[in-house]
This record gives sequence, structure tokens and C-alpha cells, in this order.
Amino acid sequence: MGALVWLLIAVPLGTGAVLACTGRRGDRLAPAVGIVAASVTLVLAATAAVLRPAVSVPLFAGIDAGLAVDGLSAILVVTVATITLAVLVFATVELGPGRARARFTGLMLLFAGAMLVTVTATGLAVLLMGWEVMGATSWALIGYWWHQPHRVRAANVAFVTTRAADLGLYLAAGAALAGGVSTLALPALPDVSRPWLTVLTAGIVAAALGKSAQLPLHFWLSRAMEGPSSVSALLHSATMVAAGAYLLLRLQPLLAASGWGEPVVAWTGAATALVLGLVAVAQTDLKQLLAASTSAQIGFIVLAAGAGGVAAGTMHLVAHAATKSALFLAAGAWLTALGTKALPALRGAARRYRLVGVTFTVAAAALAGLPPLSLWVTKDAVLAAALQRSPWLYAVGLAAAVMAAVYSTKAAWVLWQPEPADAEAGWDTEHAGTRRVVVSAPPALVFLAGSAAVLGILALPPVMQVWSNAPGNASSPAVWELTLSALLALAAASVTWWWGDRPIPVPAAARRWAGQWLRFEHAADVLAVRPVMVLARGLAAFDDRALHRIVLAVPAAGLWLARLINRGAESPVDGLVRLAAQTARGLGSLARRPQTGQLHQYYAQAAVALAVLALFLVFVR
Amino acid sequence: MLSLIVFLPLVAAAVLAAVPASVGRRVFAVSWVVVAAADLALVVAAWIGYDPSGGMAYEQQLPWIPTAGVSYHVGIDGLSLPLVAVTAGLFLACAIYSLRQTHRVKSFVLLFLGLQTVSQGLFTALDLILFFVYFDLSIVGMYFVIARWGHGSAKRSALTFFLYTFIGSLALLLGFIGLSLAAQPHTFDIVALARAAPLAGSGAYGALVLLAIGIGLAIKTPTVPFHTWLPPAHTDAPAAGSAILAGVLLKMGTYGFVRIAMPLLPETWRQYASVVVVVGVLSVLYGALVALAQEDFKRMIAYTSVNHMGYIILAVGAAGILAGSDEQARSLAVTGAVTQMVSHGLLTGALFLLAGILYDRRDSYDMSAYSGLAGPAPVFAGVTGLVAFASLGLPGFSGFIAEFQIFTGSLASATVATALALLGILITAGLLLRALHRVFLGSLRIPDAPGAARDFTDLRPSEAASILPLLAMAIAIGVLPRFLLDVIEPAATALIGMVGR
Repeated sequence: MGALVWLLIAVPLGTGAVLACTGRRGDRLAPAVGIVAASVTLVLAATAAVLRPAVSVPLFAGIDAGLAVDGLSAILVVTVATITLAVLVFATVELGPGRARARFTGLMLLFAGAMLVTVTATGLAVLLMGWEVMGATSWALIGYWWHQPHRVRAANVAFVTTRAADLGLYLAAGAALAGGVSTLALPALPDVSRPWLTVLTAGIVAAALGKSAQLPLHFWLSRAMEGPSSVSALLHSATMVAAGAYLLLRLQPLLAASGWGEPVVAWTGAATALVLGLVAVAQTDLKQLLAASTSAQIGFIVLAAGAGGVAAGTMHLVAHAATKSALFLAAGAWLTALGTKALPALRGAARRYRLVGVTFTVAAAALAGLPPLSLWVTKDAVLAAALQRSPWLYAVGLAAAVMAAVYSTKAAWVLWQPEPADAEAGWDTEHAGTRRVVVSAPPALVFLAGSAAVLGILALPPVMQVWSNAPGNASSPAVWELTLSALLALAAASVTWWWGDRPIPVPAAARRWAGQWLRFEHAADVLAVRPVMVLARGLAAFDDRALHRIVLAVPAAGLWLARLINRGAESPVDGLVRLAAQTARGLGSLARRPQTGQLHQYYAQAAVALAVLALFLVFVR
Repeated sequence: MLSLIVFLPLVAAAVLAAVPASVGRRVFAVSWVVVAAADLALVVAAWIGYDPSGGMAYEQQLPWIPTAGVSYHVGIDGLSLPLVAVTAGLFLACAIYSLRQTHRVKSFVLLFLGLQTVSQGLFTALDLILFFVYFDLSIVGMYFVIARWGHGSAKRSALTFFLYTFIGSLALLLGFIGLSLAAQPHTFDIVALARAAPLAGSGAYGALVLLAIGIGLAIKTPTVPFHTWLPPAHTDAPAAGSAILAGVLLKMGTYGFVRIAMPLLPETWRQYASVVVVVGVLSVLYGALVALAQEDFKRMIAYTSVNHMGYIILAVGAAGILAGSDEQARSLAVTGAVTQMVSHGLLTGALFLLAGILYDRRDSYDMSAYSGLAGPAPVFAGVTGLVAFASLGLPGFSGFIAEFQIFTGSLASATVATALALLGILITAGLLLRALHRVFLGSLRIPDAPGAARDFTDLRPSEAASILPLLAMAIAIGVLPRFLLDVIEPAATALIGMVGR
């Protein structure tokens, strides 16, 4: 039993590591090996979802490394494994022979494996390990085309931004230990004593919101688009952004225990869903539009976690994963065929490649919340939970749902327009298109779009009873809520379709602002990156010019002092010694004078001495 | 056993010294590899025979200067065994890396063999005077390595290094004498002094002794503001010298804290632990920020060493603050600190050897002169990328195992300092990614070097054989840390008990 969960993470991580290290030699075999490994992982994930294995081994003193598949994890491991397989099947199209496929496939497997570690971890330490490895592999995947500096810069922005948020998890681990939960086990975290509970919750929330590209750290997701479309399809659906949402769903009891966590998370999610919905509408690039919609849709899951709707949030996560991966793969298929992802240039693309167009449209309709597709049901389950907390939360969520209908329809409308005569002029801006959709693309697209359509059945109460651990908190939407959101979505979609590409009556500055993702990246650059660089340069200059000089000044001062002593003390002392020697020599030669060797002179000297002595005795005594 | 590990390289050096230099450089280079490998094998055997729960092992004590209380006393426990192992591993890596060395090979090999004895001796010494002798000799040995085989302004850097660290060692000696005088009877034996803790309740005298020892060790570690000898010494040292300097010699400072300062002066240590914490967090942030601004690849790595050493200082300081933390947290912090010594030894050693390749090929460490090296040298780029990610604390590598324990264990007792130190891993991430981007990614640009071909040769076999094992060890510790932590943890817990007296 225990071996199952080890295998589940070891197969993708091990295969991925080996593939990534083979270099160009492994390119030929890599797609096949990758698909086999992903298939095995899927089988293992499905088995684990049924058998629910759990293992635990010691990691640090008092802290175990535990992996387990429970209700929530079961759904996620199956989702992650399924989407990884579908994306890898598709990726053989996007990255044809001659590309560095071994590196790509290996990193994708590592990426998915890290997500599997994250969702099966039973404690903060192992969760953080999966979490960070996922971030690092996303860096390598976003910067896959490393020859182009702007792509590497984008990868750097994505990694540094998410790692800034990840610091919250380090903080949370320390706070959990300080607050008395020495095992760092996730279920025990709500028992942490105050005030550490506040630190712990703040750390978890910051890390999760950053990873899930929620306001105000949403901008990294825009930059993450620089990677291949297959990467986007995985990163935006079942991994990376989903990890933050998963963490909040998993630790919902912690949010509840903290007292302030639930409303903060719920409102952040709702605000992101609405604002990034607006941003998505303002995009003129298909992949950017989809990226903004990812932030917005993950916002619904975050809202669910904050509103206590764990089951609803999980359903939305799964349904969105299928939907979004289908959309990105379709966008990737067009990008490969036509060499562009700019919306105006893609006019008529759906007519040219009909199967891609149809699958894209099904997924877009699901994204729009049109009945009876999956996201319609799951989103309403989330909103039902929100309504139990606050009608305002519900209202904002509903407005965000309307935005989803608008941006989805906008994309579909452009794609189904008749192809203009000069269409080719807009193509091949990213790279030379192949003008065809390769055979392995349709199965992946059809499967994912089909899932996007039907996954709503997860929300049917009898089905939900089967997989949900906590039947009590499953908030089913009322009939009026379903009807209301369906009507709103239909109305918004119809109006958008009718409106077409006529300009929207808002100031151009506002459109541009939304188009640039609210320019938060610029703000982060001005407020954080540049000051840090200035500080760093200043300190480096201080280090070289002041601190090191002081150190060098010590021996210099020593030398100076030595010279001073040499001149100021050594010479006078030496002089004194010389003087003494000269005096002694002078005295010596004086003393030699009486030594004449003549007897009569000695007598005379003795007489004078005696006379002096006699005089001395007479006068002094 | 221990004396064999310590003196095997020295004996080998004595034998090799008798061989005339005219027999060819291969003889010396290959015998160095053989001796280093034999030493590593001995250390592995010692590790296998070591019982972690048994405390000090392989002890040996012979009278040396009995009238002064000085003896030849050696032994290893969970704090020193990992460092002895890293030392043996790093010297072997340097031996393999230096197979291609051509300049004055005989004296180079003799000097490094001597340095290995000195380093192994220091980590096994259980007598303050013995420790001091090795401490000083390491400075002398490294001075000659930098001055004779360095480049740039090597003589000047070597002299700065020598004078600065020598002053530190004098402060250390002063502190040792102070400690010995306080003990009745006078002794320099570390085990006896740790048992007696002679300066308990001595107030200002104890503080002065700790100050002297602290400054001596802080210069060697180095911590801010005593670090300025490090960047020039590293920049101008040969690659193998840099690897040993960063991987082994810096550990002598941090090892001194856990072997001498903490257990011998427990009460004073607790009293001034907050000062240590502040110095630690300053080193973390200052080192990271200054590294971010560097243009020279090797200098940048040197400053990240200051940053990494800062985490150790933070942890040992936090382990001295009893308020707010339980024994588990403090033990985690100390275990993390020792793991960080091992991890930094492996990773920074590897990074300096990699930097040496840059200089070997193109005579320059200037990051702005290179770009897109991943094209002509994919293995070099891939290995550097992995080591860089390991160095920034990515899970799956040893750095994470160390830093996670340090942060988790230190947060309770030094909350604000640890939270600030967390920023260090973010800045390190930024600067290493920036360096990878500048040197290895983007379009190809290689500086011209006189007499060199226009391409950039990828890792040679001897280079790969020296660097990859270091990386493999870092991964082994990162994925399966228990084999290391099982050794360190009991010793860390024992140390915490001593500090808590």
C-alpha cells in the first residue's frame, strides 16, 4: 500500500530527472517515454484514489515526511495525472523533432511530479518541497526557449515573484513549530497557539495567493505566457496556479480558526475574479486573455476556500483544469499552425481548423458558464457558499461570472468570423507556422473539451457524496441561483456576440491600463526591484570604498606609525646613545692624558691631589 | 584511526618530497588523487563504524606539554564527522580537478596534502592549543596557495588574507588562554573545559573571553563586518584553492562556534546570543545584497558565502536564546547549522570549481563579457544551473535541508531576525538567476582571450569527475537526508543541553 504513493511520485520525478539529464541524445525517445511515464502515473493515481494509501518516514527531528491520498488529494492526483498525459500527447505537435524534447518532457514530468508531492503531502515540510520544486521547474519551462532574453527575463520574473510569496511557507513552518505543532502536520495546524496562529495563517495565505496569481501578485502569470503553449496548458490548469488554491482548500479549517483568514481570502478571490475578468476582456492576445481568465477563475476557487465551500471549490478546480487545458492546447494548435496568437490575426482560425475550433468553442462555452456545461454548475456551487457568508460577496462573484461570459464569447466570436482576404499578413509573427494540425492534437483536445463539458456531474449530490470527505459542508446551489446565473451568462454572451469587435465605450487609458494587467509589474519594479538594486549597488560601493579601505588602513597606519617611530623616536634615542658614546670616548682620551709614564709627573700629580684633599678636609670638616 | 586519517596526507607529502620533480607532473598529480581517495575511504570506514548515540568516538589522548595542560587529544562526534567527510571529499575533488595543472605541480601537491592534514586535524582536535596550531597553519598554507598559484593581484590579496586572519587567530589564542587560566587545574582540553564550564558566573571576564574567541572565529567565518578579506582572496586564488578556502577553511570558523564558543562558555553565550543573531542576520542580508551588485562571477560567489555563513551564525545565536523556544526548535537550528556547513562546502566548492572553468577557458570572470554559453557548453551550463538552484535553497538539494531547519528552528526565539533573514533566500534566488541569465542564456558572446580558440570547450572529463560527485552528494542529502541527520542530531541535542546548563 505504502509503496503505491511512493511510486506515484517516483515515476514522474525519476523519469523526468533522467530525461532532463540525457540532453539532446534523448530527444528521439523522449516523447514516447514521457507518454508512457504519464500513463503509468495516471494508472497509479487512479489506483491510489481508490486505495487511499498513506506513508510516513522520519525527515527532521520530530518532523515526519508523510504522503497520503485522501478525498481531496484523490481528486487532485487523478486530475494532475490526466491533464499531464493529455498535454504530453499534444506536445509532440508543438515541439516537433529537432527541438530539445528530452529537456522539455523531463521538465514537464518533474513539474507534474512536484505537484503530486504538493497535493499528497501531509505536512508543511514536504508540501514546501514539492511547492518550490514546482516553481523552479516552471522557471525552466517558461524559459524553455532560452536563446531569447525576453523569455528568460519572463521566467525570472515569474520565479522571483512566486518565491517572494513562498517565503510565507517558510514563515508558516516556523510559526507552527513555535506555536506548539511540532510535527508540522497539516490537520494539526489549526491548533497552533496565538499569536503564532496569526503568523501561520498570514504566511499560508501569502504563499497561496502568490502561487495562484491572485491580486496583487497576478502579474507573473502574464509573463509565464512566454513558455510553450503546452507549458501554459499544464501550468494554468492542474499545477502551479492550482497549488495555491489547493493549499487554501486543504487548510480551510486553519482559515476558519484564525478568525480573519476567511474574509480576507474570500474577498481577495472575489476581487481577483472580477478585476482579472476585466483585464481578460481588454486583452488583444489570445494567450494573454486565457491567462487573465485563469487568474479570475482561480479567484472563484479562492473565494470558495474563504467561504467554506471546500467541495465546491474542488469541483471548480477540476472542471476549470479540463477547460483551461483544452483552451490552451487549442491556442497552441493555432499558434503552431499559423504562427500567431494575436486575436485580430486569428480571425477565422476556427473555420480553417474546424475540429480545433469546435473543441475550443465547447471549452469557451464552459468557461462562459453557459448551461449545462461544467463550470456553470461548479461556479454556482461556489457562489452558493459565498451567499451563505455575505450577499455582497455573492454579488461580486456574480459580476465576475458575467465577465467570464464576456471574455469567453469575445474570443470565440473573433475565431469564428470569416477569414479576411489578407489574413496571412498577420500570421507567422511568433515563428513560421506549419499550416497544419498534427494528428496527435485532436484526441487530446476532444478528450479535454469533452471533460470540460460533462464534469459538472461531479456536483450532483449523489456523486459528490462518494468523493467528498465532508458531506456536511457541500453547499448545493438552489434552483433559482442556477437559473439566475444561466440567464446572466446567456445574456452577457449574446450581447457580446452581437457587439462584436466594435470599440468599447471606455477611455483609451483605462483600456490600456487593463490591457497591461493594471501595470502591477511596473509597480513592483519601481517599488521593490529598483530600490533593492540601488541599495545593493550602494552597499557594494560601501564595501569596496569604505569598509575595505578601513581594513587596509590598519596596516597602512601601522607602517606610518613605524616610520614615525623611526624618525621621531629612533633617531633621538640613537643620538643619545651616540652622544653617550662620544662623551665616554672624550672622557677616555682625557683620562689618558695624565698617564704619561714619567715618574716626576706622577709625583707632581700626587702632590696636587694631596693638597686638594688637605684643603677639602680643612674647609669642609 | 583518526590520527591515520589526519596524518596520511602529511606522510604522503613527506614521501613525495623525496621524489625529484623531474619524474614528471603526472606522478605527483596521480599520487595526490590516490592519497586523497585513500583518505576518503578511511573516513567512510570511520563513518560506518561510528555509533551516533555514543557521543565522542575514536578518542585518543597523548601527553604533549603536560605542564601547561596541553595534550594531543583527538576524537570525533556528530558535529565534526560530517565536516571531516566533506573535507576528505573536497580535497579529492580538487585533486581530480588539478590533474590538468601544469604550473609547479610538485609543490602544489605537497602544499595541498599538508593543508589536508591541517584541515582534518582541526576538525578532530579536542585540545585548544592543537586547534589553534591547525587554525594558524591553515592560514599559512592558504597564503602560499594564493600567492604562488593565484592570478590578478594575488600577492596583495594573499597578504591581506594572511594578516587579517592571522590577527583573528591571535584574538583566538588570547581567548583560549583566558579560558585555560579560569579552569582549575589549568587545562586546554576541550572536553574537560566543556564539562567544567569554568567561566560560569564570571561576568565581564567571561564576556571578554567570548569577545576574543568570537572575533577570532568571526574573521575566519567570515561575518560582516570582518569579511572584506574574502572577496579579493577568492577572486585571485586558483580554483582549487578557492574551493578549499570556501569549502573547508570557512567552516573552521563556524565549527569553532559549535565546538568551542557554545559548549565552553554556555552562560556567556546565552547572555550575548542576541548579539550573535544580529551579526548573523546582518551577514545574511548584507552578503546577499552586495553579491547582487557584483559584475565578477567569482566575487559574487564569494559574497554569497558571506550570506550562507550568516544563516549558520543566525542559527547558533538563536540556539542560545532559551526564551520562547523548546528544545526541539533549538536542536533543529543547530542541526540545520551543521547541515549548512556540509551543504555549503559541497555546493560552493562546486561553484568555485565551475568558476575556475570560466577562467581556464577565457581568462575572465566578468559576467558582462559572456552570454549564451549554454549553446557551446550545455553540460557546463546545466551543471552550473543545478548547483546555482541548489545554492539558492531549492528542495531536493542539501541547501534546503539546512535552511529549512535553520529557519523553522530559529523563528520562535529570534522572530524578527529570522523573518528578515528569509529575505536572504529571495535575494539569493534573484542574483543567481540573474547570473545564470547573463552568462549562460541568451545569444552567444565569448570574450577574446589571446591565443585561445574562438569556441568554448564544454566540461572536460577530469572537471566533470571532480564536480559531479559534489553535486550528487548535495542531491543525496537533499533527497535522503536521514543518513546525515542521524549523525548530527544526537550531537546537536547534546550541545543544546550543554548550552542550556
